[in-house]
Amino acid sequence: MKNWIERQKKIIDFTLSSLLRRKGKNGALILVYTLVVFLLASVMFFVQALKREASLVLKGAPEMIVQRVVVGRNDSIPLDYADRIKEIRGVASVKGRLWGYYYDPVTGANYTFMVPEESPPEKGRITIGKGVSRARFIDEEDEMEFRAFDGVIFNLTVGQVFSSESELISSDLVLVSEDDFRRLFGTGKDRATDLVLRIRNPRELSVIAQKIAELLPDTRVILREEILRTYDMVFNWRGGLTVVILFGGLMAFAILAWDKASGLSAEERREIGILKAIGWETSDVILMKFWEGTAISLSSFFVGILLAYVHVFFLSGALFEPVLKGWAVLYPKYKLVPFISAYQLGTLFFLTVVPYTVATIVPSWRAATIDPDSVMRG
Amino acid sequence: MIELIDVKKVFNQGKPNEFVAIDGVSLFIEANHVTVFKGPSGSGKTTLLSLIGAMARPTSGRIKVMEREITSLPERFLTEVRRKVFGFIFQQFNLVRGVSVLENVMLPAYPLEEGYASLKKRAMGLLDLFGVVNKAPSKVEWLSGGEAQRVAIARALINNPSVIIADEPTGNLDSKLSQEFMDTLGRLKEDRRTILISSHDPIVHESPIAEKVILVRDGRVVDT
Repeated sequence: MKNWIERQKKIIDFTLSSLLRRKGKNGALILVYTLVVFLLASVMFFVQALKREASLVLKGAPEMIVQRVVVGRNDSIPLDYADRIKEIRGVASVKGRLWGYYYDPVTGANYTFMVPEESPPEKGRITIGKGVSRARFIDEEDEMEFRAFDGVIFNLTVGQVFSSESELISSDLVLVSEDDFRRLFGTGKDRATDLVLRIRNPRELSVIAQKIAELLPDTRVILREEILRTYDMVFNWRGGLTVVILFGGLMAFAILAWDKASGLSAEERREIGILKAIGWETSDVILMKFWEGTAISLSSFFVGILLAYVHVFFLSGALFEPVLKGWAVLYPKYKLVPFISAYQLGTLFFLTVVPYTVATIVPSWRAATIDPDSVMRG
Repeated sequence: MIELIDVKKVFNQGKPNEFVAIDGVSLFIEANHVTVFKGPSGSGKTTLLSLIGAMARPTSGRIKVMEREITSLPERFLTEVRRKVFGFIFQQFNLVRGVSVLENVMLPAYPLEEGYASLKKRAMGLLDLFGVVNKAPSKVEWLSGGEAQRVAIARALINNPSVIIADEPTGNLDSKLSQEFMDTLGRLKEDRRTILISSHDPIVHESPIAEKVILVRDGRVVDT
């Protein structure tokens, strides 16, 4: 074993000094390689972290939501629907929620208004997200002007601004009291935006959903799983979109790598001939080329991963924000919780390191099987 | 020591450009002797040396090295014979550019199991023996012709071979350096090594250390 390690050490040693001879060429290759790994890893980390964040947020979401639909569009739902749903066996509780989107012509942004279930703000006061605060240049105790459903303008005072830790979900949020909400959106006392249900046994979800659809044909039922699935699809789609764009870069890299790795230069062929002539076996030459490929691809891989980590988790994926976060006006400023899975790293490894190493070995193997007497002929 | 029995080497066999480089050569080369292959360019000297040195296989015939038939050995074993028995000195020196003199000397032993430190010590010893130890860290492209050849000799000796094969070793040297080279070979002969040289340089085949001169022409041994 010791002898085996000695042999590997000497061959690695020669490989490294051999690589250093072509600093410019190998340096450029490592640079491009690192960039490709960095971009791919950034997309993967970003999408995974967002998905994870979303699923954590949705964990606390209600199992079932019932909305009223009028000619295919959402409408407010009468609160007496809640009483009728409560009578269905298996339903633990039904509560009306008040929320809605408000378009602010000043900033061109949409705010999400919501009446929180627990400790809502006092009448005339609101709690706003950082994004709203930034967009309107307002802070605590400032007044904010809103135009109600009937065109009447009225002011609300900012009681609190959300902390930046929760910004990913609270950036565009405005928490408001029930009275103010109804005045702003024109929702009657007997109505809510939608109903949230708690179900005793999760296995009965689909049965209860079906019963509601039969009982109240002007409603639609949304399950938590469906929301999770939609989130997953949205992030996958956006991630996929970026990967498609990256694909061009990836192909260019593949051509470069193949050309570099497969097209051995005359100088390299001569060197392989010399090594064989002085007593190296074909397997020794292949081992050297394997270490060469590994040194380039592994160093690029690790540097790329490291840069992507910094990019996604410290700089909030600055390069991909526009694509991955959608077209929101109020970009949240936030830090994603670092999350990397072995599966992700494994996929990336097999996409980058393995093909390159193979591309290095195959042509060397072909070159290494030639008769060493070629060097004697100059 | 080395025996060739009716050895033939044909390049591009069966093609319009077929070329018979060695045409039925039978020879016996004695151990601890200096044998020179003499002949004009293209006579087949280099091909003969590469066949003897296990660098290429003959098209037909047999070659025995130390009583062992090497013609039919698989590539791996052929490499082993090449590594253990032969040390090569090439006309163009064939040093690996861009790496140091020391590394060039150590290269043939890299795939072996010897530790780095002891290998380095031996390589430095050889460089010292040939008066180029001060060049150990230098890149080979900075060496003069004579220095490069001494490094090439040191490299040929690193695996302590019993046979040294030198192909046109004085082709790139002036008369003084050629004479120095022959003196070096004389020292190696005293070390009880077998030396095979191909050359058309009179300094080589008229040298007093050349015990046997074999004339090769058109792929055949004409005179010994």
